[in-house]
Amino acid sequence: MPENTSTTVEESAVPVATAAGGAVKGTKKDKPERVASMWSDARRDLMRNWVFLVSAVLILALLVIAAFPGLFTSGDPYAKGFCDLSNSVVPPTGAHWFGFDVQGCDIYTRTIYGTRNSIIVGVLTSVLTTLVGCVLGMVAGLRGGWLDVLVSRFTEVWFAIPTMLGGLLVLAMLGTGNVVTVSLIMAVLGWPQLFRIMRGSVITNKQNDYVMAARALGAGGWRIAMRHILPNALAPVIVVSTINLGVYISAEAAFSYLGIGVQSPNISWGLMISDGQDRFLSAPHMVLFPSLFLSITVLAFIMLGEAVRDALDPKLR
Amino acid sequence: MGRYVIRRLLQAIPVLLGATILIYCLVFLLPGDPIQALAGEKKADPNITAILREQYHLNDPLYQRYWYYISGVLTGDFGTDFTGRPVAEIMSETFPVTLNLATIAFAVEAVIGIIAGVFSALGRGKFLDNVVLLSTLLLVSVPVFVLGNVLQLVLGVKWAIAPISYDSEDMTTLILPAVVLASASLAYITRLTRTSMMETMRADYVRTATAKGLSRSRVIVRHALRNAMIPIVTFLGVDLGALMGGAIITERIFNIPGIGGTLYQAVYLRQGTTVVSIVTVLVLVYIAANLIVDLLYAVLDPRIRYA
Repeated sequence: MPENTSTTVEESAVPVATAAGGAVKGTKKDKPERVASMWSDARRDLMRNWVFLVSAVLILALLVIAAFPGLFTSGDPYAKGFCDLSNSVVPPTGAHWFGFDVQGCDIYTRTIYGTRNSIIVGVLTSVLTTLVGCVLGMVAGLRGGWLDVLVSRFTEVWFAIPTMLGGLLVLAMLGTGNVVTVSLIMAVLGWPQLFRIMRGSVITNKQNDYVMAARALGAGGWRIAMRHILPNALAPVIVVSTINLGVYISAEAAFSYLGIGVQSPNISWGLMISDGQDRFLSAPHMVLFPSLFLSITVLAFIMLGEAVRDALDPKLR
Repeated sequence: MGRYVIRRLLQAIPVLLGATILIYCLVFLLPGDPIQALAGEKKADPNITAILREQYHLNDPLYQRYWYYISGVLTGDFGTDFTGRPVAEIMSETFPVTLNLATIAFAVEAVIGIIAGVFSALGRGKFLDNVVLLSTLLLVSVPVFVLGNVLQLVLGVKWAIAPISYDSEDMTTLILPAVVLASASLAYITRLTRTSMMETMRADYVRTATAKGLSRSRVIVRHALRNAMIPIVTFLGVDLGALMGGAIITERIFNIPGIGGTLYQAVYLRQGTTVVSIVTVLVLVYIAANLIVDLLYAVLDPRIRYA
């Protein structure tokens, strides 16, 4: 998308609509010709931040594992004859690094194949909550009036019901959970959080000078909303959505652990942990490896979110 | 102040009604017959089913049933579950247990979290700060059910230094479960305190206080921390409700007969009245906690007044 320089106010209060563009103030003097936006500043900061680099590498690796699990293991956990009961609870060996579970299935292969479900739940839920929260937050924040009151009151009701509780209710009633239903339910319960952040952010940004400047220059309501307010209001939403990716992955594992999330024969780390926990003392490997993958995945997304927040919010430096 | 409290209480009414309607619809609209659930695997006797359905108003439209229920609740009658047991009795047995658990967890996260956050903020970038940052990151990313199981088995079973499960005679058996329950929030509180303290330590009034010659501890506690408390108190208020709701997993792991376990069972047995009542009380706790938080703002920051 092109940079918009026609409405420059002071030093570049112009949203640079890159992939997720937007500008607050360019105070960097080293490249005077370039419009330094909040996002390009943030990008520069991120590339120097080891927390970001570590989490980005981890997430990239997890995405590759999720997309092509076959690259990392020769076994197919969904194939017939994959599990051999004679291998039941065999601890890790040189050929089978993570050992076997009660059913005699190779834990390494299962853990690798479990990545996909976790990533799908995290991404799907996070994308859905962000989309719904952003759209409603934009509308409520910009329009105000009865619509704002209505949606805000509605979210208050939603907020009063803890996610874990609501999820338990719906999932237990439905009986059979899978990746999609778990994501949908968490999204239905989770969007008010993003709505609140977006609404607050939009209302703050609405009052900024560059919005008035854009309006003075004759920009229409739609253009101001999409090109000026949206990119600037998006920062806190992106931070929370990224952190939420990890939170939702953890929540899915919790639901699966309780037996109401992803159901066997589908693979979920939460389910694997629940299967192995009875023998934790005699065979810790059954719990250890899925827990490790789960924790690292959650950790990676939370670290990414925090790195992005540090880059976008210079106040904290 | 009094008027503010009354206005807030009035505002709570639609939230409470909305939440109960929502939960009521969820419980009774989703598939699953509660009377059949009573009979278990075998087919329920049609005559008995008919009598029970009549008795529990199951043949009436949903809004009418909700009306029966909510008018009962407003007069202090939570109704009975499908086995005829008063829901109020079930709740009076289980709520205190969860309340104890949540209170200990709350104390753990508030005390340890704030202290660790303050020290982390003061020694910013130093060794202790990095230890706190790293450990909180780990606490957030290890799921509660993993942490709970591992601690229970390692501390309780292997090393035998902590109780494995709950004993109603001995409140200390709740400490380990409370720590597990508090773990994720503890990490959030610590980080929130750290950020908030770092911001206030840079404020002008803190410099003034130091310049006045006040002792460092007084500057930190009375000037910086008090001002840094607002976001922390906000989080703590919201978290009290979340702790009680989040006790489902912790109570399962440590076999604690609290509200979480009861709720889990009630959901499975389609005991709609029990489920709705428990959730209603949890929502009440949430609303009350938020009101207290809003009132605490004025205590922490006298500039905040309530009209």
